[in-house]
Amino acid sequence: MTPTAAPGAPLLQITTLTKSFGGFTALDNISVDIRKGERFGLIGPNGSGKTTLINCISGALLPQIGSVVFCGEDITQLPPHLRARRGIARSFQIPRPFKSMTVLENLMVGLDFAAVGSALPEEDMAMSILTRMGLAAKAGAPSDTLSQVELRKMELARAMAVRPKLLISDEAMAGLSSSEVDEVLDLLISLGEEDITIIMIEHIMQAVMRFSERVMCLDAGRIIALGAPDEVMANKRVQEAYLGT
Amino acid sequence: MSNRRHNIAFWAGVAVFLVAVLAMTQIVRNEYPFFAGYVILQFIALAVAWSILGGYAGYVNFGTNAFFGVGVYTAVALFKATGAPLVVQIAAAAVVGMLLGFAVGLLTLRMRGIFFSIATIAVAIIIETFVMNWRFVGGAAGIQLQRPAVMAPFDSYVKMLFFVQAILVVIAVAVARYIQNSRIGRGLQALRDDELAAECTGVPTLKLKLVACMISGALISAAGAPAAMYLQYADPSSAFNLSYSVSALAMSLIGGTAHWIGPVLGAILLGSTQQLLSVTISSEVNVLVLGIMLVLFVVGAPKGIIGLLRPRYRLRAGGKP
Repeated sequence: MTPTAAPGAPLLQITTLTKSFGGFTALDNISVDIRKGERFGLIGPNGSGKTTLINCISGALLPQIGSVVFCGEDITQLPPHLRARRGIARSFQIPRPFKSMTVLENLMVGLDFAAVGSALPEEDMAMSILTRMGLAAKAGAPSDTLSQVELRKMELARAMAVRPKLLISDEAMAGLSSSEVDEVLDLLISLGEEDITIIMIEHIMQAVMRFSERVMCLDAGRIIALGAPDEVMANKRVQEAYLGT
Repeated sequence: MSNRRHNIAFWAGVAVFLVAVLAMTQIVRNEYPFFAGYVILQFIALAVAWSILGGYAGYVNFGTNAFFGVGVYTAVALFKATGAPLVVQIAAAAVVGMLLGFAVGLLTLRMRGIFFSIATIAVAIIIETFVMNWRFVGGAAGIQLQRPAVMAPFDSYVKMLFFVQAILVVIAVAVARYIQNSRIGRGLQALRDDELAAECTGVPTLKLKLVACMISGALISAAGAPAAMYLQYADPSSAFNLSYSVSALAMSLIGGTAHWIGPVLGAILLGSTQQLLSVTISSEVNVLVLGIMLVLFVVGAPKGIIGLLRPRYRLRAGGKP
């Protein structure tokens, strides 16, 4: 049902994407291709349009101009649930658990509705994801009793339950201690190793540097740098955007 | 599997209930218990049906009276036009209720929270106004109805209606229970908790809300259909009375909405208290009692009766019958 990308073709093609809210242009003519299996870092100061961009990719917002093509299919106008079924999953900047459910049940939602043709029974599948994420012991816990780092991990686990081709992590490490950051980062890197393409939004620069194969920096809705992590960090405009002039 | 055991237990319970109701209609001679019991059964059906959208999906529908009145008037119009038997009246009411649920859902389910609730009140007022100006079914003055002959094995029409309403309760409960344990139930629970997160996890939220609204609407209209024959009379201001909305909502909240048994318990508790008070004191006290109970439960037991019985009950809502 889902068309698969030809080898070498980008998994995600974003072309001239523009999104404005009233008179404010949050995204201005963004074009970028993301390769299959790539670990892609997305940085930029607050309000630069990072979250708007991933909202346009995941379907929470619709752009005014431009297109989003995933696996060769134009998904610009699709509602979020159909994108999830095609393999786009995301975590939220502020965790949004299904709080009346247990951790396991949170994952079951994705397995029930988005993951098609799972080899294992759903509960086993959910448990194996939780084990990966180091949350197995919390499977039966109500999700509103989790700590901050557990909530972050559950966000990622729930996104994994969609069995994504593309995982978008929106500041999964914000507010965590440095050992917790390493923990979550290791998880993301290990997911990247199994052919899941990952877009990571992050403010913690060491994490971005360690994680990304390519980094894109946004400022005021425009791409100001795109390339290898150290090139982007060395870029004058990037430093200006972050530090001010 | 334990699932199968639960199923057997449930349907055995249903069978016992229906046999008991049937036996009661054959043994008890006094008509009053049936007259009062009918109202309680009607409220169980309404509360359970309401909770499919209002409880599982968290969309507080204030238009129960719209669906109820549409059920009543579908039965009235059909009976007057063709003399159709009760079963046909109920089935037609369910179909019309479902169509109304689809239309109302399509128009209002994109609104959230209080805006949705207000829109459903508006729907009730619009339909009531329409019926008030519909001469064929008596307009604002209402219409008298002559009950047809009662069918065997019943010796009075009220007893038969009591049994019919018991069947409607069983249908409503069985449907609610099925939804609760199915994928639809999990999806509704997810969208109640967080609609955007549910969408992004693959839940077709608009479709599920529409389905819940249609099923809830069909069941409410079906439960309302026999009311015309019960009263032998129908008029718009009682058929579309806002008290149906308030009662269905209060009973569900008092019972607890995480499990189908909640609205059942709430309706039994509140419905029988109201019946008792109407006889012993006055029917005016009902509103007061409803209000006081609602306040007490909102403050003391926000998860309703089932929340009191098992504090973390809501967590098990997904998988248990």
